[in-house]
Amino acid sequence: MIFYPLGKYILLLKAAFRRPEKWNIYRKEIFKEMVSIGVGSVWIISIISVFLGMVTTVQTAYQLVSDFIPKSIIGMIVRDSSILELSPTISAIVLAGKVGSSVASQIGTMRVTEQIDALEIMGINSPGYLILPKMIAAIITIPLLVIISIGLSIWGGYIAGTLSGAVTQNEFILGATDGFRGFTITVSMVKAVIFAFIITSVSAYQGFYTSGGALEVGISSTRAVVVSCIMILFADYVVAQLLL
Amino acid sequence: MIEIKNIHKTFGENYVLKGISSEFKEGMNNLIIGGSGSGKTTLLKCMVGLHEPDEGSVIYDGRDFTRMNFEERIEIRKEIGMLFQSSALFDSMTVEENVMFPLNMFTNQKRKEKLDRVNFCLERVNLTGKNKLFPAELSGGMKKRVGIARAISMQPRYLFVDEPNSGLDPKTSIVIDELINEITEEYKITTVVVTHDMNSVMGIGDNIIFLYNGKKEWEGSNKDIARSESKELNDFVFASRFMQAAKEKL
Repeated sequence: MIFYPLGKYILLLKAAFRRPEKWNIYRKEIFKEMVSIGVGSVWIISIISVFLGMVTTVQTAYQLVSDFIPKSIIGMIVRDSSILELSPTISAIVLAGKVGSSVASQIGTMRVTEQIDALEIMGINSPGYLILPKMIAAIITIPLLVIISIGLSIWGGYIAGTLSGAVTQNEFILGATDGFRGFTITVSMVKAVIFAFIITSVSAYQGFYTSGGALEVGISSTRAVVVSCIMILFADYVVAQLLL
Repeated sequence: MIEIKNIHKTFGENYVLKGISSEFKEGMNNLIIGGSGSGKTTLLKCMVGLHEPDEGSVIYDGRDFTRMNFEERIEIRKEIGMLFQSSALFDSMTVEENVMFPLNMFTNQKRKEKLDRVNFCLERVNLTGKNKLFPAELSGGMKKRVGIARAISMQPRYLFVDEPNSGLDPKTSIVIDELINEITEEYKITTVVVTHDMNSVMGIGDNIIFLYNGKKEWEGSNKDIARSESKELNDFVFASRFMQAAKEKL
């Protein structure tokens, strides 16, 4: 049951990675998609990241009831959870909703209105032209969004901690800088790249094989978000298990 | 010339094309007609490679398209122009960008040369000055004409047209038919039109094949239709009272 769609997905990816007809056209598409996927998502990622950091600080402080544990640990927990889990994974899930649904509905609409057929008649490799630029753009911009998210999440935690009095400025900064391991950033970036690939490829697959009309485009779009989210969480576990 | 030999196509249990063979001649309007579900669009899609026939071959001037791989097909596809039923214009692009798209993809011309070609094609379909409009701003007839301009931008040897008159008023339909006819004669291209519009059949049908239940039931020109003894063809062509009256006058 799973093998048929998996095979189709692999064949679609194989076609998407075929040599482009003209690199300069693809380059323009990549830049266009980078604006759409990256710049277009900065605002939403920024907002959720600040709140994620704030909530993490407040809830960690609530659970720290022992006087033997220094308050600076709050900064450390906010830092590590933002880098390792919250920023890459929550950002990816939000982007699966925003970017994934957009990719699936865009490609799905092109399918049902025969625009993909028109590309193929012209002799253009439609998976390559439609999917590859989106994948490359996402793989470049989503890690950058995750870096922004990490910074804003830690900042949000700092603001919430100091404003509420749960932790002092110095304690938070001490905790956020103490025992920092650069490898956690590597893990975060590996996750971001894998999630970017999942979001664009799964959504493009759902859109590319849409058949019917407007209703089916909507169904494909919803399915793209659901499948992407499940795949992101599965990949999150696999990466954590392998790298940590 | 395009030859099709013994084309068979099934979708699951549904046997759509049952061994169709024919020849589509250069400089002529070759029409594929038939009722809904008779297999005419499937045949067209098999000819251009959007569907793979289960059996049989499609031969473009001696080149067997069905036996070619993806890369080899690209060379033939560069010689193909197609107008889709829904026009299939790229929504995110202006009229100019739509018509210029194949030129951008497959030529190394300078922008000025490409723009000249786009303007020539738009002028040819009577859409001069509409370069900056988006498909959403065009009427159905204008979309079809932009589709034709895009199809001829690469100077194709073969033009495929799927239901050119669907959704158009009779007057606009005649304009589109005349345009297809003029382009075919002017550039001596092999044009294949799928239609069930009787005005098109009588107006531009130089060579017609009639499909019935996935088989070729009849072949001839528009002048031969009235003399045909095929019951299925007569039932199809002269279904309306208007056409019956026209036949009686003939």
